[in-house]
Amino acid sequence: MTDRPIVDPAVPPIVSFRAVTKRYDAKSTVVDDLSLDIVKGEFLTLLGPSGSGKTTTLMMLAGFEWPNSGRIFMDGQDITDLPPHKRDMGVVFQSYALFPHMSVADNVAFPLAVRNIAAAEARRRVGEALELVHLAGFGDRKPGQLSGGQQQRVALARSLVYRPRIVLMDEPLGALDKALREQMQIEIKQIHRQLGVTFVYVTHDQDEALTMSDRVAVFHEGRIQQISPPVEIYNRPRTRFVASFLGETNMLPGTVVSVGDGFAGIRLANDVVLRGRAGEGIAADKEAVLVVRPEAISEIQAEANTIEGTLLDQLFHGDHVRVRIAISGGQTVQLKLRPQACASLPPAGQTLRLSIPAEEALILA
Amino acid sequence: MLKGQRGGMLRSYALIAPMFVFLLATFLLPVGMILWRSVSDPELRTALPETAVELSSWSGRGLPPANAYAALARDLAQVDGASLASLSRRLSYENPGFRALLQSTKRKLEAAPAGTTPDLVVLDPQWGANQTWQAMKRAAGPVGVFHILSALDLRQNYETGIGPSRPGAALYRSIILRTFTIASTTAILALLLAFPLCAFLARQSDRVRNLLLLMVLLPFWTSILVRTTAWLALLQDRGVINTLLMDMGLIDQPMKLLYNRIGVITALVHVMLPFMIFPLLAAMRSIDPRLFRAALSLGATPFYAFRRVYLPQIMPGVMAGTLMVFVVTLGFYVTPMLVGGPGDQMISYYIALYTTGTLNWGLASSLGLILLVITLSLYAIQNALLRRSGVGLR
Repeated sequence: MTDRPIVDPAVPPIVSFRAVTKRYDAKSTVVDDLSLDIVKGEFLTLLGPSGSGKTTTLMMLAGFEWPNSGRIFMDGQDITDLPPHKRDMGVVFQSYALFPHMSVADNVAFPLAVRNIAAAEARRRVGEALELVHLAGFGDRKPGQLSGGQQQRVALARSLVYRPRIVLMDEPLGALDKALREQMQIEIKQIHRQLGVTFVYVTHDQDEALTMSDRVAVFHEGRIQQISPPVEIYNRPRTRFVASFLGETNMLPGTVVSVGDGFAGIRLANDVVLRGRAGEGIAADKEAVLVVRPEAISEIQAEANTIEGTLLDQLFHGDHVRVRIAISGGQTVQLKLRPQACASLPPAGQTLRLSIPAEEALILA
Repeated sequence: MLKGQRGGMLRSYALIAPMFVFLLATFLLPVGMILWRSVSDPELRTALPETAVELSSWSGRGLPPANAYAALARDLAQVDGASLASLSRRLSYENPGFRALLQSTKRKLEAAPAGTTPDLVVLDPQWGANQTWQAMKRAAGPVGVFHILSALDLRQNYETGIGPSRPGAALYRSIILRTFTIASTTAILALLLAFPLCAFLARQSDRVRNLLLLMVLLPFWTSILVRTTAWLALLQDRGVINTLLMDMGLIDQPMKLLYNRIGVITALVHVMLPFMIFPLLAAMRSIDPRLFRAALSLGATPFYAFRRVYLPQIMPGVMAGTLMVFVVTLGFYVTPMLVGGPGDQMISYYIALYTTGTLNWGLASSLGLILLVITLSLYAIQNALLRRSGVGLR
């Protein structure tokens, strides 16, 4: 499976990690032999649970952490040992990290003052940056007088005002409430499109990763499990971890019975054989799982790839209904149905037959 | 509702009343009474009431009118011994010869035949000198600035204006200056020592920090007298430091570390260090270390980030610690007494001397007043500076 190119693959990457390993002590390897190319202008999200190495990767890129081995390149230059203030990257921290003793305008002007940019020019650019984050007119306030969302916008403006080559964001929306987070997602995405700057974004929130990114790199135990555009990450997860970490999914363990034509058959615990797309590294007679999203299963009668089960319960969620079905062998399968489609469902305790389209099922090692 | 509120207010006043009364009785009143001594000048008015009235209306130039001479003669005839003694002491601050002058004039007046009023200038030619009468007028009270001016080595002269009290020797001004020099040196040295220590402590885990802080606190809990005596043992000619340096062959002769400025500053810095460490550490710990990272990521060099991000934020702590050390050191008495030489005694030594030794309470309280005024001005300046930088008390 190849990643869809965001820009011309002939263009050299803006940042390359080459065999980077970071250990805090002999026992725990935080980042394990990481190689990663960041494409100029892309919105790359590093997604993973806490402790997966995504933040350490970002901090190594920003220059606050140093790899034990491996090198990091920017535009072909080795920046592994370059101190953070010489890297020309904008960093947005989860804690905002605004300077409390400076006004909003002075905060945004800080990177310009560092670069000795003339006062008039600095004022103009601060004004522009504050406008970009919809905070024009807030320049004279102190950070303490702003709400969390406004503070994060100031931090964003501050990291953009000096037009860095790359903007790094470390869970920037983590401290905001849900509604604000969604609004900020849209705004950050808009700013990215407007400026065309490379964004590297760290989050543990799969929704954020899916909605904002050009590519998502899923981290697990210090390694990238998969790096692909969001649609591919969601629909064609390469490993069990990626499948389970992004969105809800049903995983049915079994033994592979046949492989061929990009498809494979798997025998489940109840001796039913189902077909699905073959993932990497599966072989006949080996253990594997059938992975299928709840919204891909339907109750419609079909010729092949069906499974029988007992309806356990239905949970009404407004826009959809979750149906839980027990199949023989002790497994439970979840379905996500439109409320209208539930009218034909039998009452709880009755058996019914489910159709699992082979195109939408994956068999992973 | 309103009645209930008023009841609540009364209750809260009642709750703070004991503390307020305590403060009033033990702090404000005694301090006020002592400070009152710096302007109160009652002795002449008590001993020579008529003369005091005459002197108040006299300009102070040339010689007073004949009425004043007559009033003085009458007052001297009536004055009792105790009042005359305290007046003698008061006027001897001007000129030690006054005691003899008053006694002899009183005696000669008593010896004169009844019904006659002898010419005072004939009895003693000093009564024909303007300076004698100026000294009397300066003491005429009931309030005056004589003591405060004395504490600044100044004297009011009704003919030539305010001038130095002892030409060529500014005793109290040099003591005040010395006190401020010692206090500011101590504060600066304490800051220089505490700054790296606090920067280190702020970065440690709670466990390590508390352990190290305990080592700072242990001497802090020990009596100042004990700590100062310990310095005596360390700093003397055959003390630990000199012996060590001589054994190492770094010096041939013992260094003079005691009974001079070095000894005073060393002991004071040691005693005052905790007063610097606590506010400074609190200020440093309240800073989010991520701010420094943010500054670096925005392109600031570590030095620029330190100066523009770190320093402004710990400034309240630096100011509080420095002022605290400075102000507390201003009032030190025991330490300079034990480890300092005669040229290292601070203002408190002289306040104590005038309070308990020579009983010149007016001068003692004036010295205290000057100390208080300067300290309060420094506090006001610090507050104004902090407020301007936007991190002060709001």
